[in-house]
Amino acid sequence: MERSSSTGPVADPAPVGEADHVSKSFGETRALVDVALDVRPGECHGLVGRNGAGKSTLVSLLTGLSRPDRGSIRLAGQPAPSLTDRGAWLTKVACVYQRSMVVPPLTVAENVFLNRPTAGRSSLVNWRAMRARARDLMLDWGFDLDVDQEAARLTVEQRQVVEIARALSIGARFLILDEPTASLEKAAVERLFERVRRLREGGVGVLYISHHLEEIYEICDRVSVLRDGELVLSGGVRDVPQGNLVAAMVGTGPPKRATEIEAVKKTGAQGVSRLQVDHLSVLSRAGSVADVSLSVRAGECVGLVGLDGSGTATVADAIVGLVKPRSGAVSINGASARPGKVDAALRRGVGYVPQDRHARGFAPQLGVAENLTLAVFDRFARSFGIVSFSKRDAIAKSMVEKLQIVAQSLAQPVSSLSGGNQQKVVVGRALAPDPSLLVAVNPTVGVDVASKEALLDALGHARDQGVAILLVSDDFEDLRICTRLVVMVRGRIAAEFDQPPWDRQRLIAAVEGLDVAV
Amino acid sequence: MAETTVERPPPTARPMARRGIRVLVLNFFRELTLVPVIVVLLIAGAIVNPVFFTASNLINVAEGGAALGMVVVAESLILLTGKFDISLQGTFGLAALLGAWLIAPKSSSGLGLELSPWLGLVIVLLVGLVVGTFNGMLVIKANFNAFIFTLAMSILLTGLQLGWLGGQTVYALPEVFIYIGSESWFGIPVAVWITVVTFAAAALFLRYHRIGRAMYAIGGNLEAARAAGIQVDRIRIGVFMVASVLAAVGGLMQAGRVTAVTAGQGSNLIFGVFAAAVIGGISLDGGRGRMVGALTGVILLSLVTNILTLSQISSTWIDAVDGAIILIALGLAKLIGTERA
Repeated sequence: MERSSSTGPVADPAPVGEADHVSKSFGETRALVDVALDVRPGECHGLVGRNGAGKSTLVSLLTGLSRPDRGSIRLAGQPAPSLTDRGAWLTKVACVYQRSMVVPPLTVAENVFLNRPTAGRSSLVNWRAMRARARDLMLDWGFDLDVDQEAARLTVEQRQVVEIARALSIGARFLILDEPTASLEKAAVERLFERVRRLREGGVGVLYISHHLEEIYEICDRVSVLRDGELVLSGGVRDVPQGNLVAAMVGTGPPKRATEIEAVKKTGAQGVSRLQVDHLSVLSRAGSVADVSLSVRAGECVGLVGLDGSGTATVADAIVGLVKPRSGAVSINGASARPGKVDAALRRGVGYVPQDRHARGFAPQLGVAENLTLAVFDRFARSFGIVSFSKRDAIAKSMVEKLQIVAQSLAQPVSSLSGGNQQKVVVGRALAPDPSLLVAVNPTVGVDVASKEALLDALGHARDQGVAILLVSDDFEDLRICTRLVVMVRGRIAAEFDQPPWDRQRLIAAVEGLDVAV
Repeated sequence: MAETTVERPPPTARPMARRGIRVLVLNFFRELTLVPVIVVLLIAGAIVNPVFFTASNLINVAEGGAALGMVVVAESLILLTGKFDISLQGTFGLAALLGAWLIAPKSSSGLGLELSPWLGLVIVLLVGLVVGTFNGMLVIKANFNAFIFTLAMSILLTGLQLGWLGGQTVYALPEVFIYIGSESWFGIPVAVWITVVTFAAAALFLRYHRIGRAMYAIGGNLEAARAAGIQVDRIRIGVFMVASVLAAVGGLMQAGRVTAVTAGQGSNLIFGVFAAAVIGGISLDGGRGRMVGALTGVILLSLVTNILTLSQISSTWIDAVDGAIILIALGLAKLIGTERA
């Protein structure tokens, strides 16, 4: 509550947080290379970069979760405390992660003062004082939140407020907001900006991490870009045009990957419509969807592209019936699908590659053959449902060859395969029943290059044979098998690209929600 | 920026306070959803047998509930931190048995050492402490699954209790040892006093002590608790230790009540313990529930047992009826009060 009352601009205020030429490696991977970045009091500093650019590593260094290999961290002008002294770190810096650090059964006031004395030196809890202090804190910073409410009832937005209030009350004047708008409604985003402005006025320094570049321009004073662990751009937001920002994120110069994503030759003949989505609206924590319409024809592979939380995965979930839409219709092969019935959708000829392969993708203890054929039991069952193992293994074997699955035997448990081969099993299972429509969510996430090629080849092959594919992905390399792209931003369709090859820069600009043509 | 705040006037302090009070009152009643059920049981008891409402019977009910109550407090503390311990029933039996064995004469199945009964009491508590520490270390530090580990411990402890004395009962115990289970203060058994004080102390500790609140935080969101600097492992192991000691005291009450320790003391106790805690609103997922609720759960179960006895139902049927009534109570608790039972 003791708001720093710095009157007038001080000549050179010490940064609330500073990474002084830090480097960090994990084994062979160089996560950060000589990164220098500081956040001054009363400043909002934007940090952008594509997935894997090193943002999370930098945050873990700045919050004392790990130690830099080289360079040092300074907080409020002083060297950072030792890693074991959590308490000292908490008084200097706090990070509001996407994963909530609120304790649901406790009240807001308790969450704010979690594990801190409220009655002087005594270990007892002074409820009256705690509530009063929490209420004062909320009033001081203009947060509109009932401190006696149970935290379980709070919205995502309100939980963020609780975490910010907690950090401020400990005395931290350096706040890291990690993708704070990822699951917020538009109005809530506005209120968040309002809060960030108040924090700035109160002398707090904010490191604002976001995929949404327009937010950076709206709320930040300076912006820094990380790419492959290096700080490639840093400057005032007014001095950095959006085009440069995107270019810095993507990288120019001799590119590791081609700027243009190689793409399939478009086949002239269009098949029959296999999937029709009309004005779909879904409320979901994973990213709501508003008024989305799209269609996929036989022999077509439509890429549905968007950031985490943009609603692309939600659309896929709605198509296979995992979530219930609020309004709108999904029809598969001309028949409208009943929401909430996954088995019905699958029976109608939909193959599904789920996002989280560990939770929904496979049965880890079962063998490769068994997993591959989970969806096609009836094909190798003899009378009375007795399984014919020879038929099963024949089906499985053809799948293993098609996808180049590396396993010691058909009986090897899937849990002991490498990540790439596990993913092949998941895709193989979806392809086994010869689906007419395949919905694949991030099918190549976290797999090695060779496996990625094999997977994309298998999907491309299926497309050529007339399967309609909806490919939800934020990995641009997946998009080379697509014949059409639909870009979603914040739950709505923002752009469509129907002429391959795809221009990487224009695509990124669209995905980040910018309408500028680069 | 200033204009935007005018649009949303900051809430004045008064409605907030009023809302706060309402929440408090609501919370209080939520823990008391079982009170109507208890009232119904009291009426039913009076109809079933006129003996029910006599002072001696009600004291009898309380006395029977006291030992159960100690273990319910113990289990509730562990449940709040998101774990559980099935072997509390083993501690309940074995701790009392070991203490009794060391102090009783050979003629009444003791070892014959005839140690001071005070030393016997210390040993009872010590057994609780040792078992609790062992459970806590292995479940929390070595990360054994609480269910299967404490189940195995329970079987082991109960087995030791039976094997040690070949199924015999230790009796003829000295005054001091059976004091808390057999004496009364102001007409109310000492065991009842102790259990009531334990409930009150646990409730106050949970509400007003930092560690008490930390326990809710640990059960509610372990990672958040850890990030806030709470020493989650130390507290959880400590809770296991305290709980086992409480269970040992419960066993002492039971021993005093029947002035002997049987080889079967504590068997099947844990099911009633879980039932009372859960009926009383202690969440099996951790982080939710209060001692007031757990106390009403204990009262309810004790009344049911007593009424069943008084109604002269054949004793072979009591377990079945017991189970059915626990199920009904669970359903009621879910219906009336909260979504959490």
